[in-house]
Amino acid sequence: MSVETLQTIWFVLIAILWVGYFFLEGFDFGVGMLLPFLGKNDTERRAIINTIGPHWDGNEVWLLTAGGATFAAFPNWYATLFSGFYIALFLLLVGLIVRGVAFEFRSKDQNPRWRSFWDWCIFAGSLVPALLLGVAFANLVKGVPIDARMVYTGNLGTLLNFYGLLGGLSLVAVFILHGINFLNMKLSGDLLARSRRLAPMTWVVAFVFLSSLMIATVLMTDGVANHGPIVMIVPLLSVVSMLLAGSLIQKKREGWAFSLAGLAIILIPVSYFLIMFPRVMVSSTSPNFSLTVSNASSSAYTLNVMSVVALFFVPLVLAYQVWSYWVFRKRMETNPDKLTY
Amino acid sequence: MDPVILSRWQFATTTVYHFFFVPLTLGLGWFVAIMQTMYHRTGDETYQKMTKFWGKLFLINFAMGVVTGIVQEFQFGMNWSEYSRYVGDIFGAPLAIEALLAFFMESTFLGIWLFGDGKLPKWVHLASIWLVAIGSSLSALFILLANGFMQHPVGYIINNEAGRAELVDFFALITNFKGLLFFWHTISSGFATAALFILGISAWHLLRKQSEKVFKQSFKIAAIIGFVAIASVGLAGHTQGQEMRIYQPMKLASLEGMWESEQPASFSLLTIFDSTGKGKVWSLRIPYVMSFLACNNFTCGITGVNELQEQYQQQYGPGDYIPLMVLNYWSFRLMVGAGMLMVLVTLFGLFLIWKKWPEKWMKWLKWMPVMIGLPYLANSTGWILTESGRQPWIVQGLLKVEDSVSPNLTAGMILFSLIGFVILYVALMVADVYLMTKFARVNPDEVVKETENFVPSITGSEK
Repeated sequence: MSVETLQTIWFVLIAILWVGYFFLEGFDFGVGMLLPFLGKNDTERRAIINTIGPHWDGNEVWLLTAGGATFAAFPNWYATLFSGFYIALFLLLVGLIVRGVAFEFRSKDQNPRWRSFWDWCIFAGSLVPALLLGVAFANLVKGVPIDARMVYTGNLGTLLNFYGLLGGLSLVAVFILHGINFLNMKLSGDLLARSRRLAPMTWVVAFVFLSSLMIATVLMTDGVANHGPIVMIVPLLSVVSMLLAGSLIQKKREGWAFSLAGLAIILIPVSYFLIMFPRVMVSSTSPNFSLTVSNASSSAYTLNVMSVVALFFVPLVLAYQVWSYWVFRKRMETNPDKLTY
Repeated sequence: MDPVILSRWQFATTTVYHFFFVPLTLGLGWFVAIMQTMYHRTGDETYQKMTKFWGKLFLINFAMGVVTGIVQEFQFGMNWSEYSRYVGDIFGAPLAIEALLAFFMESTFLGIWLFGDGKLPKWVHLASIWLVAIGSSLSALFILLANGFMQHPVGYIINNEAGRAELVDFFALITNFKGLLFFWHTISSGFATAALFILGISAWHLLRKQSEKVFKQSFKIAAIIGFVAIASVGLAGHTQGQEMRIYQPMKLASLEGMWESEQPASFSLLTIFDSTGKGKVWSLRIPYVMSFLACNNFTCGITGVNELQEQYQQQYGPGDYIPLMVLNYWSFRLMVGAGMLMVLVTLFGLFLIWKKWPEKWMKWLKWMPVMIGLPYLANSTGWILTESGRQPWIVQGLLKVEDSVSPNLTAGMILFSLIGFVILYVALMVADVYLMTKFARVNPDEVVKETENFVPSITGSEK
């Protein structure tokens, strides 16, 4: 295969990893953000945590794999992005660290203050990474100051512009809805009734943010200029899909509402990646300084090796992850004797 | 302050901290898998109690290892962007493979093991803990192959046009003897760490005569596997010392405090360094011993730091190619010293088993819990030696640490994250140690009584 083809394949593969990450960790972030508000007592909170208990860690690996794949396939992208967004990524790491530990530590002590402390860690550790990822992605597409040596020349403040913040808040809003939709499939009893009541309001907020983000994406990025108006079909599909999800929530078709809102969510990174292509980081300093699939990529040899590895192992990983969801497909009872965490 | 120094401190802090948890995960996972297999085969509830007791400690430790590991994958790009650009074509591959092969496997099957008890056929539940153990070992393999490249770069060419190193032989990268030696050493240390951990906690319970069946059995398994593991670590280390003489002579000379080349070479019994850490104040040496350690004979020569420095200046241009000798010297001695004590601890353990727990020796068990610190000391000093011994190189002979940092980072930014990590890590350590001691003291016999009415779960049922 030509090196151009390989670069495109790896661009698409990394996009797929982010799509998977947004879809999967999206709902467990949402569940984490809802935890302190939806669960009225310890048993309820345990039931909520147990819905994502077997899955959150596996979901998070999508992020790590996206990071690793970026390093292997596009070292310059990895280097510029991770060094450039330094403080944001540090805060993201702090969030993921306290969150991961919290899931394991929470149930290991009876003290209500201990448990409440870790609940808030789960909350903050879900909110902060969701927000920061949203901010970071929006800025990737909109463009950040990058010089001729591929070095980021801005700071944390540079990222906190209108479009970046809209990207961040939108991701938080849609993840909360995704979390509610997931819980509606997983909970039972009183807790389910309460979670269902929350869904319409959450949907309104998510819809408003998502539509604003998609309109801003059309207006504030160079997607149309680069690829023509056709590229904007994807943001439009995202909004339409979210509209459909709204009507399905009304009809209590929980599985379908979850799937369509999930589709709306994954169309966010799909939009971003489409608009960016063939760039991987847009330079606002000069279009010549943008990182592209060709100037950021690894050698053809490395891309070939990694393609063979991916060809064998991606299907395997997908198979056992799907299986793990199938194993834990039942609804969670709000019964302290049947909860693990 | 210098951003290079700060980034190095941050890398050292976060990596040593991460490695407090990794070896126990590596070793204890296999122990728990073995215990659960014994339960599966014999149906003896002692093994079930063992699986639950050690499984819970495994989980607490595992969580710490996982979350601190995320930092590892991010910080090459965050703090060492020029490094990532220069060798990303090579170094990125094992990292990506680690995530794809190992991280998915351990996290998914840990979830299945933790939540699937009672929901899955017993053998599937058993298989899942084996897959967790295999996954974490695979993770160790690929990250150590990546590190192996930094110590002994293979399978690459320098592409001058692109201004970077590029992979040309993937097979050479994944069969790099340096990485494979690290893997042998690290996996063995993982088993040794878990063994000392189990011995220490079992001893604590045996002194109090509680759950004796559970802890005598745990003690037995740990003493036997632990002894073999430590012997294996020693053999791996010995082999590494010998190849170091050829491939990283500066590291070897610096850890021996050997300034001048010697043939036959002497072993330093005690060397006092000056305040620079690279100059000699006083030294007492035993002749021939170093030749024996490095070559298995009494005649081979070892090149000293001064000669190597001259040689490297000619080869790579002017500069200081001498690592902080005092750090390597003492790291090496602490590591080996701790390892030797660990041999004695496991031998004592084997002696107790052989003599059928003689009463007059049992009081010595009170020292066993303290000995849990030994593998932690050896693991940390071992990595400090490995990484600091390579200085000033980040990739031996190819790229220097000072040329690897991210150019956009200010000292203030790194100081901010460094202080942040230290505060966070100290707080987490307090919580971790609190939970580990709490669950290490639980009496497994009582736990089962208390939870008989509950649906069985590997974590026990906490209300």
